Amino acid sequence: MGPGGPIVVFDGVWLAFDEKEILRDVSFTLRTGHTKIFLGASGAGKSTILRLTLGLLKPDAGRIFVNGEQIEAMSEDDLMQVRADLGMVFQEGALFDSLTVGENVGYKLSEELQWPAERADGRVREVLGFIGLTEFIDRMPSELSGGQRRRVAIARAMAAKPRILLYDEPTTGLDPITSLTVDEEIIKLRDLEGVSSVLVTHQLRDAFFVAEHAAKKNGDVTFERADRGKADEAEFIMLKDGRIHFEGNASELRAAAGTDGYIASFLS
Amino acid sequence: MQSWAKDAVLEVQEYVRLLARVGRAVVTPPFYYRDTVQQFDAIGIGSLTVVLLAGLFTGMVLALNSGITLDQFGARSMVGRLISASMVKELGPVLSGLMVSGRVGSGIAAELGSMLVTDQIAALRALGTDPIRKLVVPRVAAGVLMMPLLSILATGIGMVGGWVVSLLQFHVASTIYWTSVVQGLYIQDIWMGVIKPIFIGFTIVTIGCHVGLRTTGGTQGVGTATKLSVVASSVAVIAVDFMVTKVLIVLMY
Repeated sequence: MGPGGPIVVFDGVWLAFDEKEILRDVSFTLRTGHTKIFLGASGAGKSTILRLTLGLLKPDAGRIFVNGEQIEAMSEDDLMQVRADLGMVFQEGALFDSLTVGENVGYKLSEELQWPAERADGRVREVLGFIGLTEFIDRMPSELSGGQRRRVAIARAMAAKPRILLYDEPTTGLDPITSLTVDEEIIKLRDLEGVSSVLVTHQLRDAFFVAEHAAKKNGDVTFERADRGKADEAEFIMLKDGRIHFEGNASELRAAAGTDGYIASFLS
Repeated sequence: MQSWAKDAVLEVQEYVRLLARVGRAVVTPPFYYRDTVQQFDAIGIGSLTVVLLAGLFTGMVLALNSGITLDQFGARSMVGRLISASMVKELGPVLSGLMVSGRVGSGIAAELGSMLVTDQIAALRALGTDPIRKLVVPRVAAGVLMMPLLSILATGIGMVGGWVVSLLQFHVASTIYWTSVVQGLYIQDIWMGVIKPIFIGFTIVTIGCHVGLRTTGGTQGVGTATKLSVVASSVAVIAVDFMVTKVLIVLMY
């Protein structure tokens, strides 16, 4: 899977819970190093797409490919291999209450990958440094603010260097300044670490910021407006009643608001 | 009625599926040894006080009641025999089981339920961990291995409680009491006292895990799951006690 090659593919995916259809014939392709941003009203099926990508849910119909592997019919044991290259940031962080920040971040390294303690500790400090929370390594999750918890969740998801990161409403409930720091972490991971991202949000400001900014590292990391080619690597998908209502880049989404009442009402 | 029956069948099906997954996880790696040791401590050592207190007072009240009755037949020296037979075969395992179901079964359901509704279980799976192996198997191992030990300790302290009451209330000499205790026991009784808590421990822990992992509805759901776990496992302790007793009587007596 080279740069720009498909890394996550949904092909005609349908899912219903009891009588309620959540996703109807959803198809899209995430390319390596690119970003897909899912927008839509609550209950539109956005978070469900992340859970399907991880194999936490199975579709009723359709095919899902992650890293070239067809996953929808895989057993839980086989899915563990696929998940090795995936990281997910859950809506409220979903940090383990009984573990410290450092143990949370290093969980996969020490528990699943069996890294020696020294190596795991080094990587934990590295990723906590990346998100600027090294001094919180021995704190418990209950001692962190909402924004810090989200950032620790990002650190945990990225610790094992996955090639795909899934973000479920990472800025919901955060103040604008804290949201911006979370957005910047997402951009840094994408642009400096080459991580492919799927971002689910209904925070438009954050969605457009992630789509239209790029991170550069010249000593310090700086964020600037992305050029056209870079901005095209971030695609928006708007879901409505379980179907894809719109797919395109940020400029196309703004343009569509002129002709599409639903998008216009969403963007306003 | 039809919906109730469907729900009941679904619960049984999911419980059996959980048991099958536990069975598979017990014999195939990975194993989480550190979590297992932590559960030994949480379930075994953590339940010690409540089980010992229950055992002590049960032995004492048993001596008190049976002593008065036996006294009417001039058989107060037989108190020890009655206590040992009752405590070893029945009261030790069942009362420790009920205590553990209240303390451990509810705790497991609440803990796993909270983890489920806060997405921690999903996070575990996303990080490549099978929650059955990481959360359920260590608790089942601890429940199965610690429950017999707790039951033996409850039985032992119950006999001591009975001895104290026999000595102080009925003035039965210590040697007579303890001789009577030993005379009242058969090897089959001891086996029954050891085997029954294994099944009881397994039942309490697996019900707690099953209920916890099927929690829905946020924090209110966690409360409901906790209550359900205590009720279901308490009833199951008594039902399992009856069934295992019946089987052991056929096999051993």
